[in-house]
Amino acid sequence: MKLAIKLAFRNLIGAGLRTWLNVIVLSFSFVVIIWIKGVLAGWDLQAKNDMTNWEIAGGQYWHEDYDPFDPFTFTDSHAPVPPEFAEEIAAGDMEPYLVIQGSVYPQGRLQHVTIKGISPEQTLFMLPTGRLDTVMVDAIPAVIGTLMGKSLKMGTGDRVVLQWRDANGTFDAAELLIVDMFNVSVPAVDAGQIYIPLEKLREMTGMQNEATLFSFRDSEKERPDMNGWVHKSKEELTKQVDDLIKVKTGGTSVLYGILLLLAMLAIFDTQVLSIFRRQKEIGTYVALGYTRKQVVGLFTTEGAMYAVLAALLSAAYGMPFLLWQAKAGWTMPIDTSEFGMAIAQTLYPVYSAGLVAGTTVLVLVVTTIVSYWPSRKIAKMNPTDALRGKIQ
Amino acid sequence: MENGHIIEIEKLVKKFPMGKGEFIALNGIDLILDKGEFAGLVGPSGSGKTTLLNIVGTLDVPSVGKAVVLGRSVGNLTAKEAARLRKENLGFIFQSYNLLVVHTVFENVEFPLLLLKYSSQERKKMVMDALEWVGLTDKVKQKPPQLSGGECQRVAIARAMVKRPSLVLADEPTANLDAANSHNILKTMETLNRELKTTFLFATHDDKVISYLRRKIFLADGRIEKEERTDD
Repeated sequence: MKLAIKLAFRNLIGAGLRTWLNVIVLSFSFVVIIWIKGVLAGWDLQAKNDMTNWEIAGGQYWHEDYDPFDPFTFTDSHAPVPPEFAEEIAAGDMEPYLVIQGSVYPQGRLQHVTIKGISPEQTLFMLPTGRLDTVMVDAIPAVIGTLMGKSLKMGTGDRVVLQWRDANGTFDAAELLIVDMFNVSVPAVDAGQIYIPLEKLREMTGMQNEATLFSFRDSEKERPDMNGWVHKSKEELTKQVDDLIKVKTGGTSVLYGILLLLAMLAIFDTQVLSIFRRQKEIGTYVALGYTRKQVVGLFTTEGAMYAVLAALLSAAYGMPFLLWQAKAGWTMPIDTSEFGMAIAQTLYPVYSAGLVAGTTVLVLVVTTIVSYWPSRKIAKMNPTDALRGKIQ
Repeated sequence: MENGHIIEIEKLVKKFPMGKGEFIALNGIDLILDKGEFAGLVGPSGSGKTTLLNIVGTLDVPSVGKAVVLGRSVGNLTAKEAARLRKENLGFIFQSYNLLVVHTVFENVEFPLLLLKYSSQERKKMVMDALEWVGLTDKVKQKPPQLSGGECQRVAIARAMVKRPSLVLADEPTANLDAANSHNILKTMETLNRELKTTFLFATHDDKVISYLRRKIFLADGRIEKEERTDD
């Protein structure tokens, strides 16, 4: 094997341009596959981090009737805060949300919104709730996301009429003042959402000391379902992202499958040509004492070595590129805010050792198989014909 | 080998399939070659000399009869055993040199020693010795396309001789060379034969080669027609 590697290396280096063309194509596949996979891994990480930082923290408890995808459930999905949560809430490790449906009337239009009451002092999320801690007599302070702002055609300092129903079903209305806006890549936190002080919402609805859901900081703690409250783990809440990444991974696999196929075609072509063009050489190896099997091994090693050289070349130019990408990120050419999924405008690829090693092994194995396939023909060659370079 | 014969061939027949029938390339060859001979199979194209050389070189097998090379019956060798015999005991020189074009002169000559797993130091010494025999020590780093035909054939001789084989098989070694180069090559081989006692068997129809042979085995239509020996 050592000899085959030595000879294969000599043959490849000696073949010059032909070798380097194959190696360049293959190394391009290497870098692109790692980059695409890195972008997806980065997206996954970013989406989960953003969801954690802006929406779910370490996990949640939902009122048993609450369904975030069905606003009609909001009317009944509230109940007094269970005494078991009091300690964590007091310590700032758990935050209650009260969620109700409402409507706003920007520029005379009607738009349905979800009103979320949240404590202005909360430290669990990155939401700028501190600005809600404002005493106002003529309006309710509110913060909204930029996506919501765009939808309402409103910005900080603008006012709008808010209508809601209290616990008894009675309609009420008041003016809302946008005190701050935030930019987030998690649509569920932004689109259609208005955040106002929790106590204010409780007062507006007559739902004193009530909540719809709770987010908590500590995801490690054992948390059973409680009477009327369903525990939702972080994994459960981010499953949607995992599923989305899985679908994306499947889709991009097609892309790098094509890239790999192109590189493999180049290698396959080279191998087939080699076997025709290097018949005399094959005969010479046999005359000098190689078995035909060993010649097959030599040609296969040569093919596999394309992957090794490509890996080295990829490391030379790909590593700086990939590291730069990890730092600078990849900014998507189109506005992602209305994609309806947790995707930032700039994605920062994340490369794990497993990703690099896995890609290297995959390319090496595929290249070896592709190299072995045409090389098998050598085993059927008559050495005396091969020595004379007779096409067989 | 106990009897000192390098090659013992008895009633050797070699047939090749041809259409629905078969072509008989060798028909009842009997031949014995002893150590240190400088012999040649002489005959026109199609007389069977290359076929016989291939069988002796374990690159082909007899259809009928016996061919024993260095004590091993060619027809009974496995592919691995035949390869081992070639690797350890046989040297080949071809009409079109068959050098590895992407390798340097040094690497071409070194190749058989790599197969025999000599150490790097041993290889270097043996390669330089072989290149000295053929007068190419100044071309070690050149590649075959940079050499003349005569130089290429000298590299091929060095490659065949570097492992000091018992038997060297040369198939039309001067066919692609001019007269001056042919004589040079033949003198080199003759000197190596005398100094190293290596047995040489040629396949040729070139008069220049024939003039150097001490034993001429004339072949025609797959049979040995006659033999001539020249005293040293």
